[in-house]
Amino acid sequence: MSIPGNWRLQQQRYRLVGEICEKCHARIFPPRDICPECEAPAKTEILFSGKGKVYSYSTVHNPPRGFEDFAPYTVALVRLEEGPMVTAQLTDVEHVNVSVGMPVEMVTRKIQAGGEEGPIVYGYKFRPAISAVS
Amino acid sequence: MRDVAIIGVGQTKVGEHWDVSLRHLALEALQAALADAGVAQADALYVGNMLSGELTGQENLGALITDFAGLRGIEAFKVEAGCASGAAAMRMGYVAVASGLANVVVVVGVEKMTDALGPDVTAGVAMSTDADYEASQGISLVAANALLMRRYMHEFGYSHADFAPFAVNAHRNGKNNPHAMFRFPLKAERFATAPMICDPINLMDSSPTCDGAAAVVLASGDSARAFSTSPVHVAASAAGTDTLAVHDRRDPLVLDGAVLSTHRAYAQAGIEPQSIDLFELHDGFGILSTLSLEAAGFAERGEGLRLALEGEIGIEGRVPISTMGGLKARGHPGGATGVYQIVEVVQQLRGLAGDNQVTNARIGMAQSIGGTGATVITHILERMD
Repeated sequence: MSIPGNWRLQQQRYRLVGEICEKCHARIFPPRDICPECEAPAKTEILFSGKGKVYSYSTVHNPPRGFEDFAPYTVALVRLEEGPMVTAQLTDVEHVNVSVGMPVEMVTRKIQAGGEEGPIVYGYKFRPAISAVS
Repeated sequence: MRDVAIIGVGQTKVGEHWDVSLRHLALEALQAALADAGVAQADALYVGNMLSGELTGQENLGALITDFAGLRGIEAFKVEAGCASGAAAMRMGYVAVASGLANVVVVVGVEKMTDALGPDVTAGVAMSTDADYEASQGISLVAANALLMRRYMHEFGYSHADFAPFAVNAHRNGKNNPHAMFRFPLKAERFATAPMICDPINLMDSSPTCDGAAAVVLASGDSARAFSTSPVHVAASAAGTDTLAVHDRRDPLVLDGAVLSTHRAYAQAGIEPQSIDLFELHDGFGILSTLSLEAAGFAERGEGLRLALEGEIGIEGRVPISTMGGLKARGHPGGATGVYQIVEVVQQLRGLAGDNQVTNARIGMAQSIGGTGATVITHILERMD
């Protein structure tokens, strides 16, 4: 993805900034400006907690271009505490130890290395919730 | 609106065509379809293609193919809808003829994938997911489907081996299709031990990257018999959409786009699912076949896999699917696939499916899925007699 393309997403990538619907109060991530529940305008920003549970997961052995250095890596659908689901990589965990329902929390990690000349892209990944590990 | 009929079909063999370019593939299929229809000219050409720019550096395919095929001057352009691009081009052709704006239309689906390296093809195909919030996280289209498969297994208690009958059935049928990429039978044991791509989806659960082109010629229903002795009626053409990203779905295990698309098609054709004699569904992975069978009303949520386990998806079964090998064994050349499905349903309805013939097939359905259920395009074809 282009440098401006990544720059535009920094509030989502670094802080999980989403939106709340002014009418039905649904919490929305990723932001989309129109509430998917009631179709009212939804432009008020809210910060998500970054806590959630694994809804499903898969370990990628054949990565797309740009992700070869990370393979094999585990991607997941994470159901956030506030309701929405997010697609992200899991980190700090062996894939054999991942399970559906596992509590996870957002951390900031390198998500893509753009080769010799491209940017290094940072963003959210999810790791097992610290309280659940100890 | 006028009735629309298919008056000719053509296809190339699906495979790794190192020695054939995109334009030559399209030409071969197009000429075969025109010859089958007995026409030399058309009013318009619609090209179904997904990734020609990304993988071969060529766009503007409408002009490219009309020029190369001796049809210079007619209306022509490319239609893109991810892996449903071919079906979208077919729908565009249907709309042009049904509306009366064109009398004879050619639809060509073409994809040339083997010019690019594996990671580039994987990244290209992943472009039909959400670039900002899925592909940017390292998701491939296989991984997106693997997330659905894992969840399906978790919620309903199925094992990995339970998905084997889809691939086994596809290979059994592909063996008898001279245009198929894979013409060998597949044993369930080999399915079980294949290397993982994105677990739980392994190599034998996944449709292959390949090259191919297929074409159909459309005309109005009234004029069809003047062209062809065996025209096929397009009883329905319908499209539906869902959220682009899987994480935004109401219920990730229900393909709402397929529910909409299929039920619009049933209403248009005035039929129930029970009337369908064969269903060329989008069997990119076993999980997609499962969810498609459920969305089309052949099974309840969580029960689609039972149709495969109970042997109901074979040629002699209650819902024959992938009758010429499907995406798994015929091969899945991206934007060409939707047109291959139409060609194969026509073969069945004409009684020309050889050893894979569904007995007395009268109504067949073809369905293409772009992305992981985001765009779903359905056609119902009916024998004219």
